[in-house]
Amino acid sequence: MTTVTAARDAVVPRAADRPARERPSVAATAILLVGAAYCLLPVVWVVLAASKSSAELFSTLTFVPSLHLFDNIAELSTYRQGLFWRWMLNTGLYAGVGAALSAVVSAMAGYALAKYSFRGKASVFNVLLAGVLVPGVILAIPQYLLLAQVGLTNTYWSVLLPSVISPYGIYLARIYAAAAIPDEIVEAARTDGAGELRTFVQVAMPMMTPGLVTIFLFQFVAIWNNFMLPYIMLGDDRLFPLTVGLSGLLNQGASQPAMYTLVVTGALLSIVPLVALFLLLQRFWQVDLAAGAVKA
Amino acid sequence: MTEPITQDAPDRRAAAARRPASAHVLELPPSTEARRRGGRLLGRHAAPWAFLAPAIVLFALFLAAPIGYSVYLSFRTEKVSGLGLGPGSRQEVWNGVANYVSAVADAEFLASVGRVALYGLLVVPVMLGSALLFALLLDARRTRARRFGRIAIFLPYAVPAVISSLLWGFLYLPGVSPFYWVFERLGWSVPSLFSSHLVMFAVANIAIWGGIGFNMVVIYTSLRSIPSELYEAAELDGASQVGIAWRIKIPIVLPSIIMTFVFSMIATLQVFAEPTTLRPLSNSISTTWTPLMKVYRDAFTRGDLYSAAATSVIIAVATFVLSFGFLRLVQSRAFGQEER
Repeated sequence: MTTVTAARDAVVPRAADRPARERPSVAATAILLVGAAYCLLPVVWVVLAASKSSAELFSTLTFVPSLHLFDNIAELSTYRQGLFWRWMLNTGLYAGVGAALSAVVSAMAGYALAKYSFRGKASVFNVLLAGVLVPGVILAIPQYLLLAQVGLTNTYWSVLLPSVISPYGIYLARIYAAAAIPDEIVEAARTDGAGELRTFVQVAMPMMTPGLVTIFLFQFVAIWNNFMLPYIMLGDDRLFPLTVGLSGLLNQGASQPAMYTLVVTGALLSIVPLVALFLLLQRFWQVDLAAGAVKA
Repeated sequence: MTEPITQDAPDRRAAAARRPASAHVLELPPSTEARRRGGRLLGRHAAPWAFLAPAIVLFALFLAAPIGYSVYLSFRTEKVSGLGLGPGSRQEVWNGVANYVSAVADAEFLASVGRVALYGLLVVPVMLGSALLFALLLDARRTRARRFGRIAIFLPYAVPAVISSLLWGFLYLPGVSPFYWVFERLGWSVPSLFSSHLVMFAVANIAIWGGIGFNMVVIYTSLRSIPSELYEAAELDGASQVGIAWRIKIPIVLPSIIMTFVFSMIATLQVFAEPTTLRPLSNSISTTWTPLMKVYRDAFTRGDLYSAAATSVIIAVATFVLSFGFLRLVQSRAFGQEER
């Protein structure tokens, strides 16, 4: 529960945040650092490996850096007239537009489920919640078949549209709405004559914003990382996102190892945007899957 | 639009915009005119449905319809008459449960289920155990470098499964891997992780690497919401940090752990991207290495949509039974308390 946690952190300094008087624990710190090293290892490797020419990649210890990073980037940029950068833009488009629409749709549904009582509410929520448990990837093939019937496969729409619905986003939005919007405020807005839509747009939405940013980010990452849906839907490599494009490059690398340098450089460039997004928006990266269960 | 926006005088709106959102609402002008009108386009009874409409429509189109269509296809098959060349020689007909019968009897499918079960037994406990451990370490006062640790361990979440498979794939590949470079200098002969015995661990490691951070943050978020008074008393009584973690913190965050378990289980059953990406690097990964890879192969390489549909329905039902069964088992702790 982003909002609640953030607000409380601001007022009540927790024991863990106080300057510690106890001596630091060597064992605890060491275990944490081992974990951090394990998680950083492949990332450090790709940074160094991307700096090597393809001859060096196979002949030298890959933890020794070299000077060919910009040559490699230039070479990757010329690969089929900058196809790689087109994949990057496609990925940004799928993830950015898809996640924004998803956050809005989830916010509306979550607000309705949290702040209204109406007949069928429990059933609607349960059906949507069941959607969380539906193995999303299994949907990709029938989605392909259905979109094929309306001629939408192998278009931007075929990846974008199925990405907008996020049962998990709705579930989170409901929790955020329930926690962040007091009933009295909704009532007050109504008493003051605001319509339902206006109450939502001008009163509820601003209060839900931190939660919506979190929903946006999680959906953004989910779409950015998605592989199977675009892999199935798209045939034209000019529509590919990075994941599908790089996986195809790796396939070619199996027969011509010179491609490996391009794959490694592409892998490095493709994680830069998300890592940047992470570091910039750190405070939104907290999520309580079972929120509501631990409060009270 | 339900509300003529113009009834809000421009200066009021500007003033409202300068105020924080929560104060704003109290300043809305009482619009008696609107109340007199009574009926609005979006009445109080229609409103929730209007807000739910986009979600319901999208849910129907991209979740419910595909599921329904899969189920339908799974009971159908294609009948070929003659040489199957002329128009009308291929016909879709009902096939009863025959697709299901052949799916569950399929040796490749059973082998892939066995692999996924083993893979899940490897991935889920190791991943969630590490996530819990790191979350507790981040929450412990005496740990140093917590900020760095949190960012570093969460970082893999920013790396798509395809890219992380690619990175680890190179780290496993004897020609490129720095580890094998060192092993070689030391004169050790270390078997390739891509050999058929070890490839399971190679794939599992990628999933564990990618999943620890997210689950750690989920558990850490819920650890942070424990009021510290709850364990300060125990501290005064001389309880150790490990004791506090076991007896106080873990029981309180159990609902979060349960949810991460369910989501991890679902993700495990769907494993597809990692082995598919590793395939060009390893001969040990067949096209039917996981159930979903088999579905993909049946549908797109063989063009047999009907048995692919039956197999995917089986996977979906199994996922449902497992996750709902598990939630039922622990229900009172995870869901339902929100309603109070």
